[in-house]
Amino acid sequence: MDTFQDTVLKLKHYWAERGAIIQEPYDVEVGAGTMCPETFLRVLGPKPYRVAYVQPSRRPADGRYGENPNRLYKHQQLQVILKPTPDDVLEQYLGSLKAIGINLAKHDLKFEEDNWESPTLGAWGIGWQVMLDGMEITQFTYFQQCGGIDLDLVPAEITYGLERLSSFLQGVDSVFDMEWAPGVKYSAVRLADEVQGSVYNFEMANVARLWRLLSEHEAECKELLAGYEKYPEKKRYPVLAAYEQVLKCSHLFNLLDARGAISVTERVGVIKRVRDLAVGTAKVWADQQEVA
Amino acid sequence: MDLLLEIGTEEIPHWMIPSALAQLAKLDLLGASANVDATPRRLVVRATGLSERTPDAEQVVKGPPITAGDKAAEGFAKKQGADASALRKAGNYYELVKTVSGRAASDILAESLPSAILGIQWPKTMYWTDRNGPRFIRPIRWIVALLGDQVIPFEIAGVKSGNVTRGHRILGAASIPVNIATYEPELRKNFVILAAHERRHKIEKEAAALGAKLDSDLVETLTYITEFPTAIKGNFNPLYLELPAEVLTTVMRHHQKYFAVEGMQGGLAPNFVAVMNTSGDPEGLVKHGNERVLKARFNDARFFWNVDQQKKLADRVEDLAKVTFQAKLGSYKEKTDRVVALVKELGGDENAQRAALLCKCDLTTEMVKEFTDLQGVVGGLYAKAQGEPEVVSRAVYEHYKPLSMEDAIPGTPAGQIVALADKLDTLRSCFSIGMMPTGSKDPFALRRAAQGVVKLLVEGDLEFKLDSLAAGELHAFLLERVQYYFREVRGFKYDEVNAVLKVGVSTLKDVEDRLNHVARVRPTPNFEPLAASFKRINNILKQANFTQGLVDASLLEAGPEKALYEAYAGLAAFGPLEDVAELRPHVDRFFDTVMVNAPDPKIRENRLSMLSDMLRKFSSIADFSEIVTSGDQK
Repeated sequence: MDTFQDTVLKLKHYWAERGAIIQEPYDVEVGAGTMCPETFLRVLGPKPYRVAYVQPSRRPADGRYGENPNRLYKHQQLQVILKPTPDDVLEQYLGSLKAIGINLAKHDLKFEEDNWESPTLGAWGIGWQVMLDGMEITQFTYFQQCGGIDLDLVPAEITYGLERLSSFLQGVDSVFDMEWAPGVKYSAVRLADEVQGSVYNFEMANVARLWRLLSEHEAECKELLAGYEKYPEKKRYPVLAAYEQVLKCSHLFNLLDARGAISVTERVGVIKRVRDLAVGTAKVWADQQEVA
Repeated sequence: MDLLLEIGTEEIPHWMIPSALAQLAKLDLLGASANVDATPRRLVVRATGLSERTPDAEQVVKGPPITAGDKAAEGFAKKQGADASALRKAGNYYELVKTVSGRAASDILAESLPSAILGIQWPKTMYWTDRNGPRFIRPIRWIVALLGDQVIPFEIAGVKSGNVTRGHRILGAASIPVNIATYEPELRKNFVILAAHERRHKIEKEAAALGAKLDSDLVETLTYITEFPTAIKGNFNPLYLELPAEVLTTVMRHHQKYFAVEGMQGGLAPNFVAVMNTSGDPEGLVKHGNERVLKARFNDARFFWNVDQQKKLADRVEDLAKVTFQAKLGSYKEKTDRVVALVKELGGDENAQRAALLCKCDLTTEMVKEFTDLQGVVGGLYAKAQGEPEVVSRAVYEHYKPLSMEDAIPGTPAGQIVALADKLDTLRSCFSIGMMPTGSKDPFALRRAAQGVVKLLVEGDLEFKLDSLAAGELHAFLLERVQYYFREVRGFKYDEVNAVLKVGVSTLKDVEDRLNHVARVRPTPNFEPLAASFKRINNILKQANFTQGLVDASLLEAGPEKALYEAYAGLAAFGPLEDVAELRPHVDRFFDTVMVNAPDPKIRENRLSMLSDMLRKFSSIADFSEIVTSGDQK
């Protein structure tokens, strides 16, 4: 039986063999692998790109203090971007399932419509949730727009929910009982994150300070975006730094949301603030790619 | 010749397939009619009896005037690729009869099919090559296009048509050469059942044999989500049966696409039926996997149930202030206050008012946040569990009903009043800020709400006058729904509905009574001719610009005129329509023998008065001039 890390290593290996760069996790908090610059920015423009990486993804509102067997505040995704999409992309994807030991002839596989949309990123795509024996194991998306920009080449995004996939392979009912490494349970590695993360996110995060931080990061981002036009040496301009500020804002929004600090009416407004930053950054980044 | 077209795609959303097929069925195949079929991965068109070529045709080309001379004629003929001797004279001009040779069907189809395929309308399309590439519902990966034994050559998004299909993703071969005769059998060998009706039948038969409570919507979904459906039965721990059947069924049906299984005494059995997209589950792995997922789902539901019980519905009313109903219309707390007041105004008793107060509280529960389809139902279940009177909990449970034209209205008077008040409030509120539905845009489902109001008023026998419930644009909007309801749901003819509504609407019960009345008399032999006469009378009055006047009986001429007067004056205004229909011979005789436009203006005036008097007298039920009679048909 494969451990969690075996499965991760096999998937990385599989995609590396198919020409993907194996990136390491991004070091700023994100809600999903899609938000990493390796996806959000790289899908823009006409340059082909293939990349795969594991991304710990934080969703404060999903925390359950480690008491729910399937819900996590921080779960891990294996994100694959194939730009442009190869014609046999679904066959390649099925190959990856075989590579981690799933004998598809003995299981039930369905592709069910699920179109992905992220209002905060100004991004959307068309695709499916891939169901294996009634469980969603992958989100498959053909990106159409990102940061409000229509994409030149259509990338396929394959996002594996690693905890789900691995607990399925190991046949355990709770992710915490899954073996991460031989003799080491998932709970030994990650339970403390879940408990403490939930306590912080739900009970202790200082709401007033989070709002201030959100404004600070927003201001930093705006300032950076505003400075691009007059800056002479475009290639040196820290657009990537501006994007990190977007991610900070997005995470702070999620934290405030988990604290119940954002009313329904405010919500729309805050989402728009973050989207404006994301869209602004995408625009500047696309421009930077074009200048020689 | 026969034709086969298979558009091979990645998985198309199940709910879009039937409408795509309806469009493909109208495909122009040189006159042959198209037979269509589909699975999630292929749209298929087949036709027989196409002609190989379109027939040759004659075309007449007009030439120069004869007066222009031989030179001009020769020049014209040369330009047309003909000899001058072929020209003939027509009037003052030369003309040439040319034979245009027909085209090969294959050429025509090769030209027309790509745009016909890409012309299918989908709710949402994508591009998959690059930004300028074609748009379709999902990427096209292969195309089979055969006319007889020849490939119809064309290309879409880099995919060339050919004679090679693909089988089931997992169980079939990836590349299968076919001809028209072998196509369907080859697919079957490769675990693709092409015909939807056959997949549907397989699902129904197998699921029913396993004890599934069949549900036609779910059967349809599964039919178009599979290429080779096979049903299996799974189990869950009977302890979960403590959760309400509604919750269990919703989890199974909406989240997992499983059928529930009926148990003893009408309850649920601790089983489910799943439909796989594969041929079997010999090792029980699929069963085990599905059981595992369902267990986690049920655990969540039980967790939500337990958490929600920590705060009673009645204690959640204030929390509704934090739930937005609509940005401009404020919160659900405000809506609740309005609905409670309206229930009171409509004469709802204490129980109805209590139900109105509690009916939206489940929006703050974890259960409804997770299973939004269960709003109302969850509130009702919680109200019951928390000791609210049965009549209150049931009213809360049912207050979203009727959800559709087929759905029943709530079963109790309290439930009906709350349902009516809730929908009416939504309508009034949205109309007050100008949020009327336009075209296909109806984000607040106001049409459905209005339809619900109509259904409640009629089927609940509620004695509210429409005027007292709505005014202005909302009144007109409801009237449209009244027409729709009586026509489409109740099957009255549109002219009957028009005739009855034309003379005004008080309660909908009254409208229904009058409609039944008209529909009952309509088939009697005298009715339509009488309606035609009434229409004639209407026209006469309109032409004479006559509104009304007093009938002077002494001016009536003895004979048909007097006889008609006496016949109608003797009838009760609200009497049986059958009697009114009996007037027909009198009316006919009157028109046959009496001239309305008498030379004496006094006589003329009196005759018009009599006609208008008669019309008005019998127009309390319906305006008969709206009835379409055989004489009206074009």
